Amino acid sequence: MENNIFELQYAIDTFYFLICGALVMWMAAGFSMLEGGLVRAKNTTEILTKNIALYSISCIMYMVCGYMIMYDGGLFLNGIAGGDTLVQDALAASAESGFDGGSVYADASDFFFQVVFVATAMSVVSGAVAERMKLWAFLAFAVVMTGFIYPMEGSWTWNGDSVFGLFVLGDLGFSDFAGSGIVHMAGASAALAGVLLLGPRKGKFRADGSVGAIPGANLPLAALGTLILWMGWFGFNGGSVLKLGDIASANSVAMVFLNTNTAAAGGLVAALLLARVMFGKGDLTMALNGALAGLVVITAEPSTPTPLVATLFGAAGGVLVVFSIVFFDKIKIDDPVGAISVHGVCGLLGLMVVPLTNSDVTFSGQAIGALTIFVWVFVTSLIVWGILKAVFGIRVSEEEEVEGVDLGECGMEAYPEFTSGGSRRSGA
Amino acid sequence: MKLIAAVIKPFKLDEVREALSEVGVQGITVTEVKGFGRQKGHTELYRGAEYVVDFLPKVKIEVAIEEPELEAAVEAISKAAHTGKIGDGKIFVTELEQAIRIRTGETGKDAL
Repeated sequence: MENNIFELQYAIDTFYFLICGALVMWMAAGFSMLEGGLVRAKNTTEILTKNIALYSISCIMYMVCGYMIMYDGGLFLNGIAGGDTLVQDALAASAESGFDGGSVYADASDFFFQVVFVATAMSVVSGAVAERMKLWAFLAFAVVMTGFIYPMEGSWTWNGDSVFGLFVLGDLGFSDFAGSGIVHMAGASAALAGVLLLGPRKGKFRADGSVGAIPGANLPLAALGTLILWMGWFGFNGGSVLKLGDIASANSVAMVFLNTNTAAAGGLVAALLLARVMFGKGDLTMALNGALAGLVVITAEPSTPTPLVATLFGAAGGVLVVFSIVFFDKIKIDDPVGAISVHGVCGLLGLMVVPLTNSDVTFSGQAIGALTIFVWVFVTSLIVWGILKAVFGIRVSEEEEVEGVDLGECGMEAYPEFTSGGSRRSGA
Repeated sequence: MKLIAAVIKPFKLDEVREALSEVGVQGITVTEVKGFGRQKGHTELYRGAEYVVDFLPKVKIEVAIEEPELEAAVEAISKAAHTGKIGDGKIFVTELEQAIRIRTGETGKDAL
């Protein structure tokens, strides 16, 4: 009879990973729509191609070697399906952990849950470099980021490996529940490295010092994308509890869903209000970024805060993201969708507020962890982008940028029936 | 023959079309355009960056018409498109040298 309960627990915990993984996969649709809506019509096909291709590349590279680097799995996921003694081994492991212990689940479900996080980290980059990067340079970078750069820092954090034999982050009091730093800030670090080498869009920063507005072509898509990401995030944070099949875990999962949702709400409202105060009108795109900022902030620790505190953390993200977006424009770093602000700046905030509600985590541990992640990802990304730039070039030609990368890089327009295409209409 | 080009506010299109129909005009061409007149533009903010809105959406109607019907057509457009507020638009009348019906090859007033 006990074995039946263990089998049921295994099934539920496995199922939970799979469903949460599917929700996080859905975030790829969220990013695609969000970014697709915030770029100009003439650059839409390209960003959609980037998004769906990077998701696929992430899945493949993580399968080939990423999972192996991060979690000591087999090359090409060798052995993932389990051997002939799968059921006995699982029952033995369940008995050893006990009903309230660590979860026991199918290895394939663990991979499935992990791989979608890799794709999320990589997709942060695509928004920041939009409208002027060569498609294939981006995809080449994705191969390295998802096969090597991300798995390395993932191994030092979630897998507890020592950082080049120097220190173990977990021992220093570092904790990042679902990846504010490990996933979001990491993605933003790679994005920042790319953007610095890429340069701003033509017409964004004028000679007289003013900042040009380059409005997105499809705000319904951007709003839809945000809501899709919001829903997908329930899987992102919820699944990171890593277990469902006992009362304490189920309770934790419920709190995580609740806090994730309320942090997003806090972020959106705060950003909307701040935009109203700063710009005179509520800017929808800022509000959308605010919701995502709230989600990123709570991601580092969604289970310990009270709902009110989670909302306030989210609101802090919403406020910070608006200032950050304006700041990056001021220092002439062009980020078309605010990716570096939402995922990088707010990812760091997310890490740093964890000790406020989780006494096992220290500020110094968080800071060291953040620095480790940032330095590793930023420097290695800079090297990879640098090589790509030197060998192939990463920026499209000026002519192609004006005409739109849809035609130049993809050979097809996203909205071909809306004639007199963007090149004559937009600001650049 | 004359060619009337009238730039009007977009929401007035249906009214103008009906008014032209009532004075016997059988065909018009409509394009979506942008424009401004003597009123100054204003600025908006997109993610904190200023941009100038001086081009406003308008609709341009073109009608090819014969001399005797010109006055009635211009009057119809004028009345129907009028709101009294700034940005009502303008009507231009130019000389039309030739008109050809593509299907039949008719020219001149038989093409109108």
